[in-house]
Amino acid sequence: MIAGVVAVVLLLVIAAYASGGGTDYGAGFWDLTAGGAERGSRPRWLIDHAMEPVWEVNNVWLIFVLVIMWTGFPVFFQQVFVTMWLPLALAAVGIVLRGAGFALRRPVRRLAGRRLYGAVFAVSSLLTPFFLGAAAGGVASGRVTATTTASTDAWANLTSLLFGLLAIATTAMLGAVFLAADARRFDAPDLDRYFRRRAFGALAAVAVLAVVTLFVTHGDAHHVWHGLTHGVGLLFVIVAALATLTTAWLLTRPSGAWSRVTAVGVVAASVIAWGMAQRPYLVPTSLTVSEGAGAPTTLRWLALVTLVAVVLVVPAVAFLYWLDTHGELEGLTDTDLRQGPPTTPR
Amino acid sequence: MHTTALLLADVPAQTLPARSMMAFTLASHIILVPLGVALPLITLVMHGHGLRRGDATALLLARRWSAVMAVQFAIGVVTGTVLSFEFGLLWPGMMGRWGDVFGIGFGVEAWAFFLEAVLIAIYLYGWRRLPSRTHFLLGLPLPLVALLGAFGILAANSWMNTPRGFTLDSAGNPVDVKIWKAVFTPMFGPEYWHFVFAMFVTAGYVVAGVYAVGWLRGRRDRYHRLGFTIPFTLAAVCTPVQFMLGDSIARQVFHKQPVKFAGMEIVWKTATHQPEYLFGRLHPDGTVSGGIRIPQLDSVLAGFRPDTQVTGLTSVPADDRPTATQATIAHFAFDTMVGIGSLLLLLALWYGVLWLWRRRLPVSPWFFRAAACAGVASVAAVECGWITTEVGRQPWIVYQNMRVAEAVTATRSTSLWIMFAVVVVVYVFVFGSFLAVLLKMRTRWRLADARGGPRPPEETPQPELPETDTPYGPRSAGSRL
Repeated sequence: MIAGVVAVVLLLVIAAYASGGGTDYGAGFWDLTAGGAERGSRPRWLIDHAMEPVWEVNNVWLIFVLVIMWTGFPVFFQQVFVTMWLPLALAAVGIVLRGAGFALRRPVRRLAGRRLYGAVFAVSSLLTPFFLGAAAGGVASGRVTATTTASTDAWANLTSLLFGLLAIATTAMLGAVFLAADARRFDAPDLDRYFRRRAFGALAAVAVLAVVTLFVTHGDAHHVWHGLTHGVGLLFVIVAALATLTTAWLLTRPSGAWSRVTAVGVVAASVIAWGMAQRPYLVPTSLTVSEGAGAPTTLRWLALVTLVAVVLVVPAVAFLYWLDTHGELEGLTDTDLRQGPPTTPR
Repeated sequence: MHTTALLLADVPAQTLPARSMMAFTLASHIILVPLGVALPLITLVMHGHGLRRGDATALLLARRWSAVMAVQFAIGVVTGTVLSFEFGLLWPGMMGRWGDVFGIGFGVEAWAFFLEAVLIAIYLYGWRRLPSRTHFLLGLPLPLVALLGAFGILAANSWMNTPRGFTLDSAGNPVDVKIWKAVFTPMFGPEYWHFVFAMFVTAGYVVAGVYAVGWLRGRRDRYHRLGFTIPFTLAAVCTPVQFMLGDSIARQVFHKQPVKFAGMEIVWKTATHQPEYLFGRLHPDGTVSGGIRIPQLDSVLAGFRPDTQVTGLTSVPADDRPTATQATIAHFAFDTMVGIGSLLLLLALWYGVLWLWRRRLPVSPWFFRAAACAGVASVAAVECGWITTEVGRQPWIVYQNMRVAEAVTATRSTSLWIMFAVVVVVYVFVFGSFLAVLLKMRTRWRLADARGGPRPPEETPQPELPETDTPYGPRSAGSRL
């Protein structure tokens, strides 16, 4: 019972990370594809300004995912990290390069330096979601088991590959939708069009990849396929499909408040559909939720800690978003960091 | 000799690269931790001072420290995330068996950390638009949240040293978990406060050290005076407290982890009237070479009386205690930390006595030379303290319950070595860039300060402005560079 609750919490946190962190990775994707220094200057300007105050916070969801995994489902955590050693190790390296690249590029003035850190940031924004997706694909197709060691075929297979590509396409879609909406806020209608076009393309890629993945799972991950085409899983698949159509429709007009909601809906519904399709397994068909669960006392405490987190963190994040969308947050400029002349004290 | 060979055969080949990688990434991350925990507090003190007195210089310092905090925090976040991954990548055996016993502390840490990220974003980006009072008040919870985050990490580490809150079933698996006991283990209190004060002391000396260097180079304006005084005072006040806390935690280790204490003090045989060795090397046969031997002192330090019995390494079988080399490493690290702590205490006394008597800063350049070194020295002390606690715990990952060798991943050692090499390259790049960026910022501000003097603004040359507006990107044909 309590194990089921914690499993749902884990799934929701993964969905939150896919949406929040995904948006952040997506911005890196469009940074990578923005073109040369001159052509890409305006999109990159927007990416810099949109990402700064808020988006970095989104990545903290990943810590929650890991903590809930090892505290709530220690055996599952162990199996995933043994089997998916290489993709997860590469994802960790990618996370370092990405965060450092983004943070370091801001204070750097010279073009050459910005290029270097920007390239590091953008390339690792592409690789990190791919490897995380590939690891998830390995779990979905049941390749994570107690006896498997870290071999390539655990994550270099069709399902994993598709999950990885799907992760990239999804992040690109989220990033573009959010950037288009942010362009309105920064009074740049041309960039709104620019990113809506790209969001549309990414959304199409997501749809195509999702359908292909569904077909591949039929043969490769039968339990998940069955779950996705029946019952609750099917319900969330339909929600995801509807959200996709709505997002596509919303992308044909200037960005308002709703495109972000529906885009997040696509991602969250897909992740939840996957999780529901896996029931009752953490790893389809070798490790169930109750087998993988930690001590019941711990799970109850974990649920309590999660509750506290919801009570404290949600208002804080909402407040941050509110401040940000109301234009209250702005980075320090060089003038702020310069000593005022003595005649006009600040 | 025979047992040593057996021991080596028992340790899987992955252990060395896994250990090296963990040590390297943690040692790198730990450099950023003092600033992460204590820089918000120091900045807020400066900020509050500036607001109360209407002091533009103090506010400028607080803004500049915010700019540093932005970069430092981001790199701290990502290097910290790596450590979470490494729990699974390197020590899956520990997490698989014990994750549900001691993991909950990390749950607290995770949401504390989330709040910290939100608050720091508001603080860093709130300077321009938020009303100044609101901005300051929103920053105030930051130090508290940082302490809460440290709570989770220290709960986990102290559990590894004195594991509690579970019973073992017949298969050796933990059952009947008691969370409260698992979080508040015997070593938790001493470790936590020792750590927190270490962070305040270190961050204070590191920040003050920057301005001490400026002072030595003749920049003796209000800006440098203020930038030196506030962080140095904080560190100097905390130093004696830290000295007491450090003394107390050593005694706690003596009581709660006697074999670890024996390793830290290279005590071979259990006995009373134990001598204290300052440095010195322990050999596998139990002899000690080098170092300074002070009779009776170890017993006196541990129990205040020369006839205190101190447990020796040989009280347990050879494979249940640190090897002679490990004991020597822990002992060197421990003595170095204590030595640095004692010197910092003298420095703090010099500062404090002069301040109380004469209400002024010391004038001797030797004071500022020492203060400039204090930052680096305290970072070194933090590293040494961490080495002492980790190496002293060997061969256990969970003290007396799981060996490091049982916890290590089954991934081939070659893969681990390759990944270690990649990580080293990445970290050298990231930390090198971090340092370069900090130095660049300093130079830029110094130039700006030199220009922002009595000259009218028109004469100020416009520095590199066009480039500021051009974001990076692949080189396009005919671009300027």
